[in-house]
Amino acid sequence: MAKQIVKALDGAAAVAEAMRQIDPDVVAAYPITPQTAIVQTFSQFVADGLVGTEFIPVESEHAAMSACVGAAAAGGRVMTATAANGLALMWEVVYIAASMRLPIVMSVVNRALSAPLNIHCDHSDSMGARDSGWIQIFSENPQEAYDNTIQAIRIAEHPDVLLPVMSMQDGFITGHGVERVEVLEDQAVKDFIGEYTPKYSLLDIDNPKTFGAWAFYDYYFEFKRQQTEALSKVPKVVEEVGQEYGKLTGRYYGLFDPFEMDDAEIAIVVLSSAAGTARTVVRKLRKEGVKIGLLKPRLYRPFPGKEIVELLKDVKVVGVMDRSIAFGSIEGCGPLYLDICASFFTYGNGKAPKVVDYIFGLGGRDILPEQIEGMVRELIHIAETGEVKQVVGYLGLR
Amino acid sequence: MIEIRIHGRGGQGAVIASEVLASAAFREGKYVQAFPAFGVERRGAPVTAFARISEKPIRARYFIYTPDHIVVLDPTLIEAVNVTDGLKEGGWVLINSPLPPEEFPSLAERFRVATVDAGSIAVAHRLGTTTAPIVNTAILGAFSRITGIVGLEALAEAIREVVPIKPDANIAAAREAFERVKT
Repeated sequence: MAKQIVKALDGAAAVAEAMRQIDPDVVAAYPITPQTAIVQTFSQFVADGLVGTEFIPVESEHAAMSACVGAAAAGGRVMTATAANGLALMWEVVYIAASMRLPIVMSVVNRALSAPLNIHCDHSDSMGARDSGWIQIFSENPQEAYDNTIQAIRIAEHPDVLLPVMSMQDGFITGHGVERVEVLEDQAVKDFIGEYTPKYSLLDIDNPKTFGAWAFYDYYFEFKRQQTEALSKVPKVVEEVGQEYGKLTGRYYGLFDPFEMDDAEIAIVVLSSAAGTARTVVRKLRKEGVKIGLLKPRLYRPFPGKEIVELLKDVKVVGVMDRSIAFGSIEGCGPLYLDICASFFTYGNGKAPKVVDYIFGLGGRDILPEQIEGMVRELIHIAETGEVKQVVGYLGLR
Repeated sequence: MIEIRIHGRGGQGAVIASEVLASAAFREGKYVQAFPAFGVERRGAPVTAFARISEKPIRARYFIYTPDHIVVLDPTLIEAVNVTDGLKEGGWVLINSPLPPEEFPSLAERFRVATVDAGSIAVAHRLGTTTAPIVNTAILGAFSRITGIVGLEALAEAIREVVPIKPDANIAAAREAFERVKT
């Protein structure tokens, strides 16, 4: 195992530290609200000469992603960071980055979308981009945010993949939350990610290629089919990279992180930092004899539905916790609920537990252990009676 | 696990105080967590920051509602905000004030009260301005003295790493407050 240095860092500083070690060729970012401290800290590294990165402070988030697309098409290793409305303003070009198969890595610090004006955590921003063709990985804490940033480079640039990666963490809760983080030495990170040699590059004038071509009735459909095929290769690569990273650091990563799931009859499914609080509840209720477990998805796009069904197939009730609303979806549910339900319908062989959804934490609303315990009491009632009173509930709503 | 809540006003350095406190405890081998509750981002608005310090990894990630101790960077907040909300009985209330602890009798009924004139100390060390001194590092020196949760040397190291400007003056302010805190 490689030597590691333990630091007290917030999630934004942890990602900036990973970016310093990755030393990408180009970072293009919009340096003002709704940006996070990631770009502020990283631009200081650039100013101090600690990286060789070409830093492009652009005039908007739309321009940030446009510059990233250009730089990645030119063959560079390219990164950026954004949050909330910044990601929303990137929209058009977010799709283009994935469709052009450019392995850009973007750190997203999840924050609510306006209106009303809010700067705090929920997952509305990146959930809106879930169909954009990007790989999406969620982190629970600053340590995972650091680790996932480094692994994202390998996943994005893998020859079977060549797709951009969004690496998420929760705004303020971990983005501004200082915790203990184990950091690799610079050379270990450089060795792990290796040199980036693009398969095709705009600047490879000996092998000219067309980027962003016209494709109408004739080939557009085939491009999209290939994108889906590339995404289907992602889970295997995520697991391989996670294993290799585990050998290096002792921290192994897979598609998701199960906790106390072996004999669980009730399961909570939740992304990111709230999984930490939920884990304390599971631990407490286990001591009281409740057969409860927790599943924290790490890879959200592509959604590892088959593997999740395999893990959840024997439980009686699944309580999904969604930190965003998929507006207009059935019963006003959240996106994670839709994915879990669709996975059972597709892979469950006609069997499925009761699945209910709880919307929580919108706009940074705090989520407390007592609220999760209250949710679990409802799940126990459903397990005992088989009766679902409401499909979508709300935790902490006034 | 020890939970600490810091009440200040925008510009006083409450958020940095929570980070310094966590960083100091981290240096002494503890697991830590520090995070802010931002309201509107402007000078003078009430700001709350939190720190958790534990011998074991900290999984919980929510605001602190039942702190073991509180730190109040601006005494006028005692009137404006229910600063002791949820504070455990017998917990420390450390107030930035030139007044002695006896001047806060209502707090002393259920809590331990300490005061330190962090404002004057910060001004003497040229931290901030005379009208808006930055009191965060000074008050942490007093916190170290009364609670013993973090040592003064670890605090000094943490200030040097976390505080962006005038590290020596900030450390000197913390040391002076360590000596001058009244209980």
